[in-house]
Amino acid sequence: MDNAKHKALTILIKAGKQLVLPLISIVLVFIVSSVILLFSGHSPISAYGAMISGAFGDMGKIADTLGTATPLILTGLAVAIAMKGGAVNIGCEGQLYVGAMAATITGIFVKGLPAVLHIPLCLLAAMVAGGLWASFAGWLKVRLQTNEVIVTIMLNYIAIYLTDYIVTYWIKAEGMVVKTPNVLDSALLMKLYPHSRLTIGFIIAVVITVLLYWMLKKTVFGFELQAMGYNRAAAETGGVNLNKCFMAAMLLSGALAGLAGAVEVLGVHKYFIKGFSPGYGYDGLSIAVLGQNTPIGVAVSAVLFGALRSGATMMDRATNIPGDFVVILQALIILFVATPGIVMELRRQGRILFMRGKDGKQA
Amino acid sequence: MMDLLSQAGVLFSSAIRTAIPIVYGAMACMICELSGIVNIGVEGMMLAGSFGGVLGSYLTGSAWIGLLFAMAFAMVFALLHGILTIRFKTGHIISGLGINLLASGITTLLLVSIWNNRGKSDAVAGLGTVQLTFLKNIPFIGEAFGNLSPLFFLMVLLIIGFWILLYKTVWGLRLRTVGESPKTADSAGINVTKMQYTAVLLCGALAGIGGAYLSIGDIGLFARDMVAGRGYIAMAVNIFGGWNPLGVLCGGMVFGIAQSTQFRLQGDNFPVQIVQMLPYLLTILVLILVKNRARGPSAAGKSFDRAEV
Repeated sequence: MDNAKHKALTILIKAGKQLVLPLISIVLVFIVSSVILLFSGHSPISAYGAMISGAFGDMGKIADTLGTATPLILTGLAVAIAMKGGAVNIGCEGQLYVGAMAATITGIFVKGLPAVLHIPLCLLAAMVAGGLWASFAGWLKVRLQTNEVIVTIMLNYIAIYLTDYIVTYWIKAEGMVVKTPNVLDSALLMKLYPHSRLTIGFIIAVVITVLLYWMLKKTVFGFELQAMGYNRAAAETGGVNLNKCFMAAMLLSGALAGLAGAVEVLGVHKYFIKGFSPGYGYDGLSIAVLGQNTPIGVAVSAVLFGALRSGATMMDRATNIPGDFVVILQALIILFVATPGIVMELRRQGRILFMRGKDGKQA
Repeated sequence: MMDLLSQAGVLFSSAIRTAIPIVYGAMACMICELSGIVNIGVEGMMLAGSFGGVLGSYLTGSAWIGLLFAMAFAMVFALLHGILTIRFKTGHIISGLGINLLASGITTLLLVSIWNNRGKSDAVAGLGTVQLTFLKNIPFIGEAFGNLSPLFFLMVLLIIGFWILLYKTVWGLRLRTVGESPKTADSAGINVTKMQYTAVLLCGALAGIGGAYLSIGDIGLFARDMVAGRGYIAMAVNIFGGWNPLGVLCGGMVFGIAQSTQFRLQGDNFPVQIVQMLPYLLTILVLILVKNRARGPSAAGKSFDRAEV
């Protein structure tokens, strides 16, 4: 009994230590961003006030926050899984777009299926499309040692223009707006809260978070992936097929990003429209960094980012601060969390000041 | 015949205009990576440069002071990247991405604060072009070089200058040693940290000029996220150019020629999305073509810690 208690305590302390850095970083982010707001002539209090009421003001807003977090959980996981294997996947935005397009096409043109079959089919199509799109970058890296960072970024632009082309020339709905017709009702994700962005997509994202947690902890692939991320040479000596493992990581990463596009289209918009993603794929990078590449951490960070995004919409309307301000917050989060040295340096300086103060009193 | 030559001249001139910002960006990447710092943040530094250029020109009415502003703005972001990667040993890619987001967010925020417009700034004085009237009657040359931005001539000077600096001076040898093996450089008495900061600041200045070309060198205003991936393309051009100023120039020109040729060849009913996609496709193609041949500085992307030597 005591043993179990002790074990639980150790786990709690460990988790607490892991949380210290992200939490201090977030506090620093809000301090620095307030300074930026003041300098550019805006009031930080009204900005953050509008953001908080926009994100958590009532049940509908909380539902919207969770709904916005849904694709973010998936893109965050996509980046984190690739990072675990030492790959940098900046291509989530593009994978999200091709995934969304695949889901839309399946949702419009596959007719006569009940929802229990049609929805999984659309999601599967999105995962295959996103996975293949990412695998192309992975394949180039494995075969030709091309830089996967640049290739995935280029593939983002290509995916966005390609899907735009498909909408404009192949499956445009009647009317002035360049968008596809609505997907069939049998492909729509059910709402969990009326008139909000919250759908069963959120449940899917949570289930996938748990599955990935299990995969990393308990499966051979999860182990090999992390071994490759820690030390490629050692993993290879230990019998990991690096190329195969790298390809699998990119495939899985792309599939998750594609799925993010599908839940957004099938749950929120009902059709594909150019520019439907305000950068969910890029957000995935910040989320993975903040969540320290662990599935649970990513899910929690994604909810925070969901709150930032839906809060920003409110701030955009209520004040004259552009919603793009959240981009600054994200940048600062990335920089502070990825640089534990800053927090450590501050603590050191703080300690020195503290000691001096004490000495001064004694003397 | 004359007509064909003059058309080729016009084409070449448009290729140069496409290439200028990319060559500046690629030189920025080059100098930074040679010192061992991978710089994906060049996109954001160029954006800061574009903004700084317009702001300087708007405040003072002089586009040349705008150019100084552009360099200063980009250098601030470059210094941040330097402090994070050199002093705090942040992952170079992550830091660069952070820089890009920060530059995008801050320029958009300032756009609203200064011009109260979310999309673009007011029109400001641009740098104009250098009219070389004595070239006017020479076929091809006249059309190609007779009417270019002063930043083109600066670019040519800088390419020659950097080539001499890198390959004919002790400083260049030291810089390349730092990127190849900081340990060796350190034991030979080279101050690795100082070299890296110098390179990062030079990188910022170059990226700033490249960004300024897009805003005050061309249309004379700043539009939101106007760099549009040229910084990333510049990274690829640097790889294509083999981390060498002359190679970078060739890479940039290949890119510019391909771009402007396809703009000419397409008819009016050609889908615009496909045209917009081409530069990015071309970049991937270039990376595939150089494949294994491209090998950058060995220590690029690894932070150097003297205590570990």
